[in-house]
Amino acid sequence: MKLLAKFAAALLADQPTCPTGLTTWNGSDPAQRFAVYRNNVIISLIDALADTYPVTRQLVGDDFFRGMARDYARKHRPHSPVLAYYGDIFADFVDGYLPAASVPYLSAVARLEWSYVSAFHAADACSVTHEAIANLMADPNRLPNACFTLHPSVNVISSSYAIVSLWGAHQDLMSLSEVDPFVPESALVQRIGLSVDILRIAPGDQEFIARLRRREPLGEAVGAATSIDSAFDLADCLGLLIRSDAIVGIHYNGPLKP
Amino acid sequence: MTKQASTFPLMGDATLATSSLPSRAGIGLKPEHFKEILATNPGLGFFEIHAENYMVDGGPFHHYLGQIRERYALSIHGVGLSIGGEGPLSEDHLDRLAVLLNRYQPESFSEHLAWSSHGDVFLNDLLPAPYTRNTLRRVCNHIDQVQSRLKRRMLLENPATYVEFAASTFAETEFIGEVVRRTGCGLLLDVNNIYVSCVNHGCDPAAYLRALPIPCVGEIHLAGFSTDVDAAGDRLLIDSHGSPVASEVWDLYANALGLTGPVATLLERDNDIPAFRVLMTEALRAEAMMEALVADIDTEPLYA
Repeated sequence: MKLLAKFAAALLADQPTCPTGLTTWNGSDPAQRFAVYRNNVIISLIDALADTYPVTRQLVGDDFFRGMARDYARKHRPHSPVLAYYGDIFADFVDGYLPAASVPYLSAVARLEWSYVSAFHAADACSVTHEAIANLMADPNRLPNACFTLHPSVNVISSSYAIVSLWGAHQDLMSLSEVDPFVPESALVQRIGLSVDILRIAPGDQEFIARLRRREPLGEAVGAATSIDSAFDLADCLGLLIRSDAIVGIHYNGPLKP
Repeated sequence: MTKQASTFPLMGDATLATSSLPSRAGIGLKPEHFKEILATNPGLGFFEIHAENYMVDGGPFHHYLGQIRERYALSIHGVGLSIGGEGPLSEDHLDRLAVLLNRYQPESFSEHLAWSSHGDVFLNDLLPAPYTRNTLRRVCNHIDQVQSRLKRRMLLENPATYVEFAASTFAETEFIGEVVRRTGCGLLLDVNNIYVSCVNHGCDPAAYLRALPIPCVGEIHLAGFSTDVDAAGDRLLIDSHGSPVASEVWDLYANALGLTGPVATLLERDNDIPAFRVLMTEALRAEAMMEALVADIDTEPLYA
């Protein structure tokens, strides 16, 4: 094996080890010096995950989180130097992580936090003008066939757990003792201006926005939202998207129109 | 000094082209300080970013960097290219760098004499390479590739290391000199790294400094280290970037400035980020040392 391959293998080994071929000026055991590199590699990845998942960390405490992050980092090494996107499948990992089984909503919160980071760094885009929206609304025949392009930061998540309330309690928006984690909630995650906003929305809104994200026509999205949530209100939900500048394109089943 | 310079034929105008940062102090840009910088316009020569932190599509990082870049010179400093690695450079990463450099048109681009990826795994640390003919060929090929892909010359940073390789046949300074000579890249002189490596390997920092291709220095880095001990109980310094610049490193900086003259000098702090004014105090100290040097040269010309 080549020198750097041996070096890398020893860095990644589960048990402390030291590659051959290293020297020290004072004849000291190079293993202790090599451990500095091993430590840097794993700690920097744990720190990156701690930055991305602050609420997940607070829910289980620092020690437990760092142990879990260490296990993740050993199993899922980064493949890119862009560490902002490291930890993309952390929620799936947490979901199957037995030591965390007593906190069943942990992976759901992690999934929400991943959406937060994705929204934070998502591409910039300008919303359509209010005039374009007014023109669309004034044409009821075309309305059902209209498809929207939503802002790249927009995402929706539905969960069996109170993800928005749990998250909000860690932003000092409410007290954690007031939260029943076992109440299903849906979240709208989007960047408004320079800040990421997480809002609790109704199941119908969640279904509607999820379908718009997939570029399904408005008519079909309304049908799907109404079928799961009889209280779905199109005007309210569209109003929410318009006020937050979330609609960045409108087209009609195919060719783009301004 | 002039005699040493002749060993490095690129020291003339060609070397200046590796970096056009002003000969002043700069600070590593951190998101914690975005708003304060825009509100107070601190008197600094430049800011430096880690390229990889800005390889995201949009959002606040680009928003603030765009505004700060309009007011200040910019250095883009890569930490993920793995120039010393055994495998080929990542084309994807080169593409991302090209996009970033095209967007911000920095006065300088720099990377490390180190490796950070192996196979398809990113190791997220700056790792040491043996100084052999093979490594030399590989590093030079990689730098050639970077410079032609990015259509500019880069600065290469001397590393901080904790171990050495039995296989090395070059001294580190000799290796760096050869890379600079063969590729025409400039040198990012990390004074903290010199101090850290020299303590860790029992050598004399001043001698190490003198053995480098000083005329090719396009920028200096200053940072803090932390102190550990090795298995023999000797000091082992860790390049942690989490504390103020140590007094020994300020002394070595003065020594370096005596050789280079005033040159863009970055205060790096990547962990335990303090209030901006704390970094500003260190930056002003570096500026004062450069100004004192110029004043000395004015009264008593060294190069007459």
